Amino acid sequence: MSVLHPTHSGVAPTQDDAQARAALRARYPLHFQGIHRGHIPALLWAGLALGLFVYGAYKLDMSYARIAGGLGELGSMVLRMIPPDPGSWHRAGIYAYAMLETLAIALLGTLMAAIAAFPLGFLAARNTTINRVVKFVARRSFDILRGVDILIWALIWINVVGLGPFAGVLALFMSDLGIFGKLFSEAIEAADDKPVEGVLSTGGSSLSAVRFGILPQLMPVLLSQVLYAFESNTRSASIIGIVGAGGIGLILSEQIRTLELQQMAFVILLILATVSLIDFCCARIRFSIIGERAR
Amino acid sequence: MNSPSTRTQAYAQAVAAKRRQIWLGLLVLGISVLFAGHIAEISASKFLDNIGSFASYFYRIAHLENGQWVISDPVEWFWGWKKWLALMGETLLMAYVGTLLGACAALVLCFLASKNMTQNTWVVFATRRLLEFSRTVPEIVFALIFVVAFSLGPLPGILALAIHSTGALGKLFAEVVENVDMKPVDGVLATGGHWLHKVRFAVLPQVASNFASYALLRFEINVRGAAVLGFVGAGGIGQTLLEVIRKFYYADVSALLVLIISTVMVIDALTERVRHRLLGQERAS
Repeated sequence: MSVLHPTHSGVAPTQDDAQARAALRARYPLHFQGIHRGHIPALLWAGLALGLFVYGAYKLDMSYARIAGGLGELGSMVLRMIPPDPGSWHRAGIYAYAMLETLAIALLGTLMAAIAAFPLGFLAARNTTINRVVKFVARRSFDILRGVDILIWALIWINVVGLGPFAGVLALFMSDLGIFGKLFSEAIEAADDKPVEGVLSTGGSSLSAVRFGILPQLMPVLLSQVLYAFESNTRSASIIGIVGAGGIGLILSEQIRTLELQQMAFVILLILATVSLIDFCCARIRFSIIGERAR
Repeated sequence: MNSPSTRTQAYAQAVAAKRRQIWLGLLVLGISVLFAGHIAEISASKFLDNIGSFASYFYRIAHLENGQWVISDPVEWFWGWKKWLALMGETLLMAYVGTLLGACAALVLCFLASKNMTQNTWVVFATRRLLEFSRTVPEIVFALIFVVAFSLGPLPGILALAIHSTGALGKLFAEVVENVDMKPVDGVLATGGHWLHKVRFAVLPQVASNFASYALLRFEINVRGAAVLGFVGAGGIGQTLLEVIRKFYYADVSALLVLIISTVMVIDALTERVRHRLLGQERAS
């Protein structure tokens, strides 16, 4: 035993051990050098990243005193949030109605965008588009719709239709149209074209090729994407009120400005609970749809 | 034995049942849409009245004060380019600092949130809930609260971005860590290494490129986020954008939108190239 494993036998390290180390050193010289030439690019990048961070912290006024003071203030705010409390039953009713309005905005925005994106998705997909110019224009339009943040869309629609939930619905519609257009066209491109060939070979028109060849493959994918979007739109719909586009966000921002912290905590918890409820329901429906596809 | 006719019947029944299900689903959807339309104060007449003004809004933001198309006089269009570029730079810097802070916090927390690195199930559970909370609350809500605590300026925006990034990246990082090859970990343990050795020599080399790629993706998202944090007074270009939209400075709205969208596109393209290189490296090794 001691002959095979000299270092594990309990006796002091022997000459064999030193020899083994020397052999290792000879075989992997780089790993015994500490910092070596191979590390230089990584070190340079790390130095650059750190330098930019320090510059940013300086430029953006992240002083120690400000952070420490702010953290103290934040701590006392958190203490004043406990326990979360709607204030009165009447107010709880108002919050529940605002949450319902938020859900309504999310539902309508998602649904309108899905319906509008459905035909547009076919125009933007390589295998079903009319011609390349149409495809290009459709895709770039989707990019621009997605590139503008939902809060910006909300502000623009407020200028057009005035404050209120309607502006929120239209804002969700705009940014979802970009997302759905992209996702739908990708799903259409990924569809298997053998069923299409089958329909065409029996003398079907190109419209019936889409209806009987592509749609049955597509529907479960699209529905599950729409459900997923509805879930994330519930989140978005709860913040667009901050700029005045309806929903619970308006209440939230007012409460923060007037420092009604217990009620604010209640509203935040209400939003989180609703979002996770929607999350749960959408997951259930999605699984049942995907299960249908597998059957 | 099923005769062909009973089988056809069974098929017809199955189809009918599915049809009923679909109609029922559509009915439920229709009722909820009507209800939602009532709550959200949707009115077709309001929409039709205003759809013209939506089109004219875009017509107006495409024109300068003197009625010329914006393209005809780019100097006049981007009259405030020095100020706007500085604000855009501030926005990018906020996104960078926020992402870096968030990524560092996520780097620490992700090992505590993955079952294969932390045996204590309570620690794993608590860390996961913490990460979940930080990514479920929208960053603009954090920004609203932080603006009160830290006063106006980019600092609350950075912290809001950092917290949201911690939550989002922590989850992604933990998923990567849970999928690592455990053999190197066993190797380090066998030579007597402790927890930190395990992380540094067995796990990090496997996950570093994935982590960097996710962090870059997050940076991209945070640039978009930082551009609107100014709406609640948390620094960046959003404050100016809010002002010009509210005060109907049409040409400025389009100039700022063009600036933001093109910056976001450039950042997207750059990070995508770096990410491809990072992931390519991983495949090669």
